[in-house]
Parts: sequence; C-alpha cells; structure tokens
Amino acid sequence: MTTLHPGYNFAYLDEQTKRMIRRAILKAVAIPGYQVPFASREMPMPYGWGTGGVQVTAAILGEGDVLKVIDQGSDDTTNAVSIRKFFEKTAGVETTTETARATVIQTRHRIPETALQEGQTIVYQVPIPEPLRFLEPRETETRTMHGLEEYGLMHVKLYEDIATHGHIATTYAYPVKVNGRYLMDPSPTPKFDNPKMDMSPALQLFGAGREKRIYAIPPYTKVVSLDFEDHPFEVNKFDKPCALCAAEGVYLDEVILDDAGGRMFVCSDTDYCETRRAEGHRGEMLGEAPAFVSREPAE
Amino acid sequence: MDTLSPAHPHSLSGFARPVAESQSTFHAAMMALARPGQRQTLAASLTPPAPLSEGVAALALALCDFETTIWLDPAFTVSDEIASYLRFHTGARIVTSPAQANFALVGETAALPAFDAFALGTLDYPDRSTTLILQLPSLDGGPPFALSGPGVAGEVSLAAHPLPPDFEARMQANRAVFPRGVDLLIVAGLSLIGLPRSTSIRKAGG
Amino acid sequence: MYVAVKGGAEAIDNAHRLLAHERRGDPAVPEIAARQIDEQLALAVDRVMAEGSLYDRDLAALAIKQARGDLIEAIFLVRAYRTTLPRFGYAEPLDTGAMAIERRVSATYKDLPGGQILGPTFDYTHRLIDFALAAEASIEPPARASDSSAVDAPRVSGLLGDEGLIERNPPGHGDAEIGDLTREPLSFPADRDLRLQNLARGDEGFLLALGYSTQRGYGRNHPFVGEIRFGEVEVEFFAEDAGFAIPMGRIQVTECEMVNQFVGSAETPPQFTRGYGLVFGQSERKAMSMSLVDRALRAREFGEEAKAPAQDEEFVLSHSDNVQSTGFVEHLKLPHYVDFQSELELVRKLRAEHAESRAEDARSPDDGDMMREAAE
Repeated sequence: MTTLHPGYNFAYLDEQTKRMIRRAILKAVAIPGYQVPFASREMPMPYGWGTGGVQVTAAILGEGDVLKVIDQGSDDTTNAVSIRKFFEKTAGVETTTETARATVIQTRHRIPETALQEGQTIVYQVPIPEPLRFLEPRETETRTMHGLEEYGLMHVKLYEDIATHGHIATTYAYPVKVNGRYLMDPSPTPKFDNPKMDMSPALQLFGAGREKRIYAIPPYTKVVSLDFEDHPFEVNKFDKPCALCAAEGVYLDEVILDDAGGRMFVCSDTDYCETRRAEGHRGEMLGEAPAFVSREPAE
Repeated sequence: MDTLSPAHPHSLSGFARPVAESQSTFHAAMMALARPGQRQTLAASLTPPAPLSEGVAALALALCDFETTIWLDPAFTVSDEIASYLRFHTGARIVTSPAQANFALVGETAALPAFDAFALGTLDYPDRSTTLILQLPSLDGGPPFALSGPGVAGEVSLAAHPLPPDFEARMQANRAVFPRGVDLLIVAGLSLIGLPRSTSIRKAGG
Repeated sequence: MYVAVKGGAEAIDNAHRLLAHERRGDPAVPEIAARQIDEQLALAVDRVMAEGSLYDRDLAALAIKQARGDLIEAIFLVRAYRTTLPRFGYAEPLDTGAMAIERRVSATYKDLPGGQILGPTFDYTHRLIDFALAAEASIEPPARASDSSAVDAPRVSGLLGDEGLIERNPPGHGDAEIGDLTREPLSFPADRDLRLQNLARGDEGFLLALGYSTQRGYGRNHPFVGEIRFGEVEVEFFAEDAGFAIPMGRIQVTECEMVNQFVGSAETPPQFTRGYGLVFGQSERKAMSMSLVDRALRAREFGEEAKAPAQDEEFVLSHSDNVQSTGFVEHLKLPHYVDFQSELELVRKLRAEHAESRAEDARSPDDGDMMREAAE
C-alpha cells in the first residue's frame, strides 16, 4: 500500500467537512433527484475537474472500499488517473479497473457497460446540476419550478427541437424524471447510458462542486428519460460492433486512423473491451489496429 | 465542579476510532435510507449514558457537530447527562423546539410527537427537514407493514416495535407532503432500518 | 485519442517534472526567494491574499513563486490550503477608524481633519518605463511624519453622518449571525454581508469591469469617493473563556467608502447612500470597484429598477469567483469525446435527412429553388 500523505486526514477532507457532506447525501438519498445545496470546499484540483465527485467519494469512502475511477469510460484518461492517484495517496484504498470488483466507482461522462450490482455506489462528476439551467439561468426561478413541479419549459424545448430538426437534439445530459417527481440532469453522459440508471441495483450519487449541489438516485428507483408519444426516447445505435472485441450494444468511440477518412469504432469502456479480448473475443480490426488503440489487456 | 463520577460525560467514551467508525456509521445510515426496510448493522463501540443506546449515540456522533442542532425527547432529558454527553462529543446545539432540530433523538417511540412538530422543509428547500432517530427495543415482533418505493425492489416488510398506533397514517401523511417530510432512522441495539419520506407504507396482510 | 494510451500516469509525472524545470528557468540566473516576492512584488502578494481570502504574506509569496507568477493559479493554491485550516471562530469587526493610516484621500472635501495623505501611490507618477530600474539603483529614503499613527482622521462617512446627510449604516447585526459563504452554500436573494464577502473574494478584473459599466450608464449610481484609506488595523478575537477581546495581530487593509446617489421619501428627508469596499493589503482598484458594485447590488433595497448586469445579484455573485471561473472554463480542455461522439452521430443523421429532402425537392421542381436558397 502507498504511504499516506502526511498532514492530511484519511481521504483528504477533514471530519467536519465529511459530516457536512454526509448530511447532504442522506437528504439527497431521501429525496431522489432533488439537488441538495452543500458547502462545497475548495479542493486541490480545479473546479470543473471533478471536485464534486471527489468530495462525495471522499465522504463515503471507507478503508475497505475498492475504488475505480473512469473518465470517458476509460480508467486511463489523464483526469481519471489523476483522481485515482489522489485517493491512493490520501486514503490508501485499493483501486481497480474492474467494474465488478469496485465498491465505489467515480465517473465522468459514462456508466460502465458491465451492469452494476447491489452494494456498489457510482459517483458522478457533475458540471451543471440544474437540468433547467440553459432554459432559465436564474437559480431563484428554477428552484420554484422544481418546488411546484413545473417542467413545461423543458417539454417545450424538446418539442422545439423536433419542430426544427425532426428529432430531439439532445444527445447527452439528456433530462430524466426520477421516481415520477424531480426533473434531473444525469450529468453529461451520452443518452445511451440513460436506461442503465433506471431501477439500477446500485446507489447513484451526483456531486457538483462548483455549483455546490449533491443529488442521488437510490437503488431500484424509476428513472424515465423525457419523451413524447410520437417521439419516444431512443438510444444511439452503432452500425458495427467494436472493431477490437466485437461487442454489440455498447457505446463506441470513433477513432480517426489517418487523414484519408480511415476510422474505426471501439468500445468507450476500456475495461469492458479488454476483458472481452482476454476472454477471446476478436473484432475485425484487432491485429490491424494501431498500437495506441489495440494495446493488449494489461494482465 | 463536582468530582468525576462514572456518569460524567467526559468519562463516557465516544468512538474509539473516530475516522473509521464515523465512516462506517454514516455508511450504514446512507444504506438504510437507500434501501428502506433493509436491516443495516452499526459497528461502533462507545459508551453513552443510559438510556441512550450505543446505536443511537453512534449515529449522533457520526452525523452531528457544531453546525447542527439536536432535539431530545423527554425520555432522553430525564437528566442532563445525555445532553452534556452529546454537547461534549459533537459540539451540537441542543434545542428545545423540535421544529428547529436537524436531528431528533427519540427514546420513547410510543410517545413520538406528531411529525409536523418537526421541520418538514419547504417546497423550495425540502432538505431543511428533521431526521428522526428512533430508539426501539426491537426491530421485530411488531405489527407488520409493507414498504415500497425508491430503494425497494418490490416490497419489503417492517415489524419494528413499539411504534405509535397511528404510525401508518402518519407515514402516509408524511408521504403525501413529499418532497417535504421527515426521514426516519429506526435503531434497536446496533441494528438500523431507514424509512425515508419517499417510502410508501401500508399494513401488511390486511 | 491521446487518452486511450496506457501510461497516463507516466505522462502526468513527466509533465510535472517539466513544469518544475520551466518554473526554475535558466539555472544560471539566481533563484528568486519568496521573501523577494513579498518585498518587491508586494501588490501581487496583496492580491493573492485578498482573493485567496487568507492573510498570510509568506504563503501568498510562495504561491506566486510556485505558480510562476500566474496570480489566479496562486490564488487557487492559497484557497485550497485555506480550506484545510481548522476554524476557531470569527474575529471582532475591524475598527478602520483607528487605522494607522499610510494613505488617505477624499474626493468630496478639499481638506478635512487628519488631512489628505498621498502615501505610496502610482497616482501621479508619469508612466514612463524607468530604465534605471533595470540595474540595481539606490533608493532615496522616504520622508516620513514623525508618528503617522498619532493622526486622528475621523472617517468622512462619520462627518456626513453627524449631519444626517448620509444613510446610517444598516442597523448593526449586533448578535445576529453573520453569514459565511465558505461554510453555507450561497442562496438567493443574498444579504449584504454575504454579498460583501463574495465581492471581497471576487476577481479584481471582473469587479473592475462591472464597476466601470455602472459609470457608463449600466446601473449608474452617482459615486463620489468619500474616502479611501490604506494602513494597518488591529484584529481582535473575543475569547469566551477570558471574557474579553484579545488582539491577534495587525493586518493591512484598503477601505473605500463611496458616497452615492441620494434617496428620500415622504418619511425620510433626502440623504446620500453608501457603497463599501474592503480588501486585504493595498488595492484601491479592487476596493473602489467593490464599492461601486456593492452600491449597484443594493438597487432592490432602494427600489431602483435593476436591469444592468452590475445590479443583477445572481449574475454578479455567481460569476465573481476566479477560482470557480477558471476551473470551469479550463475544464473544456478535458476529453469530451464521448459526448462529442453523440453529437457527431446526430449531426450526421440530420445532414443525411437534409440531403434526402433536398433530393426529393429536386424531383418536384415547383418549390425546389426556394428551398435551396433557404438552406444556404
């Protein structure tokens, strides 16, 4: 185990700050989808880079937890590496890239492909927690709208999309309704991931540091993506399976291979892709793909 | 000042390992509210003054500090010992009005005050509501209720004992004012059940 | 796809080493000491203390060194450190009337008790690059009054107040709790105590621009500089166990009291209103901007129509903090390719549908031309 950073408490935050965050989390869990204000602290990483998620993770983490950190679905993106190192240094907890082994998963922009289980907690980093913010910039107004459950503005916006483009033009941070009451921003995950939130056995916590809000979805809670009868909610479909592991029905990243239009599509969830390849699944470009995408599983 | 007697709050211990025990106690409370009706276990060792139980004391120490207020029911105010124990270990302000309390500690659940005596929060800020921590002899043996709602896959049963006779009606009224309302943590010994305001309740087998 | 590569950790470590190397610069040039920064770049240190909201010269100087002179980065370092410090309580209100004054000017009176004291100011310097500074030059010792702290300089607002010409300071909070936005999340509408705290921590450039905008008519409030004073004040802490206030030390602050547009009603005769600014260290620009914006944000209180940006409390208070702003603006450089992929897919689909409808239009030439133009 790494030696802990001297001079700082377990998981960096002082106990008083943890208690304050913990109290907010309890209220968030009790009122699914409602954004609880909390006295977010300055963290040793910039606002907008996961300070909300980091504070939530620091407040819930225990010595026995196993932590996974992903950004864009990958454990190896620079910001994921940086946050994972932060907790290795300050909490000394075990970390993993395996979704199934993690007890706490902190994420930015994706939900893992491997279905989450009971007992797991996923912590989302949230930039703008207010789903109505881009329709109404004033907190005083949006707060009243949530209080009165007045969400007509959002329906109008989505309907205007349909009138203009023939489709709802929201592809990520696609608004959901939690347990039939609160309109909620699922964080900027692609709408592909929205169905994973519905009735998930895992506890889902959301932390917005700069905006000072925490919200939650308890396990087994209804999460419905907004839609219209004549324009039902649909997730992105990819034409081809993953070029490396042949997975279907997963979210793919487009990788540009050259300047002549060459491209391939590979799993955004790198742990999922590596696990499949280790199990022997082979996509059509495995072997031909450049090393920077096709690198073999670490173990 | 009187001499230190065994009942003096300073001699009654809080958490032996504050950081770890606060975390595990909080985690149990979080999971209790995330999984209503599902029993959680508190793993803490501390010595609160009677009749405050270890479990309730652990929750108070894990969640309260100088930024919070606590209300104690008459069972917990028979002497000043519990109040001074909590003040010493948490720094929380003990309030006499339940409506001002972030946390309410209730030792005599049969005489539980009406929920609307506590803070229910507002439509704009439903989080500004009291969390009730109820100390019971047992989580079994009472008339069974069926719970459903967020955190419950299907239905789960609750048979804690004793609860006020009008418990079902109170909880239904609490659910009806959602998103306002109180949240309950029900503790017997070191076992804990959560009953957040989002939970629907009805008498089971009726 | 730089991120898909294993070795993110190594890349980060290497970047940090390179950064440290660049920070040091040419090793042939002597390394700058934090103490030199404190002494010779004192106004930078002041700004970092003010916006970092931590009065610690050594730490602010060190942060400036570590941040390679990037003051917002230095402010961020100080804030992140500050948040880990234990809190023992709140100091008593500062008595700036008892300030040991180093500089004090009033624009509303030609002369006044205590006098005008120019002090160390750029005000009347001609902005000509002083090439002599390129070499080490010897500096003439300053002329100093024998004992500046002995000057009795009552505040201009007090002089006006004696005549009832300016609004009384809003009834003192007394024992009422004063808000602290580092302990409680800001909610709207915010009281003046929280607004002032927010502005005192706010970005100097942001407040400067907003203050300037009020002068150009976006929420004009007819300001006169009643007084600007800069100097040392005592900080006292009321110790519960001792039962009295104990001096904790002395700090330098700049205070600006703006005398603004008068108001009056059937009940109260006309009187001037106030805008207030108080900043750690010496920063008149910040203190003045703050007092302009403070007065602008009081629009509601005086029944003024609030339609300019500087009068918009949610807008100002939500965007004044440069640590928040820089974090969120700069986070755009983090990978966003997952969301971008969603957008790519949608735009491709919409373009395909667009092309299809164009093709259909071409088959029915009646309205084809019109549609083509509309699509350009």
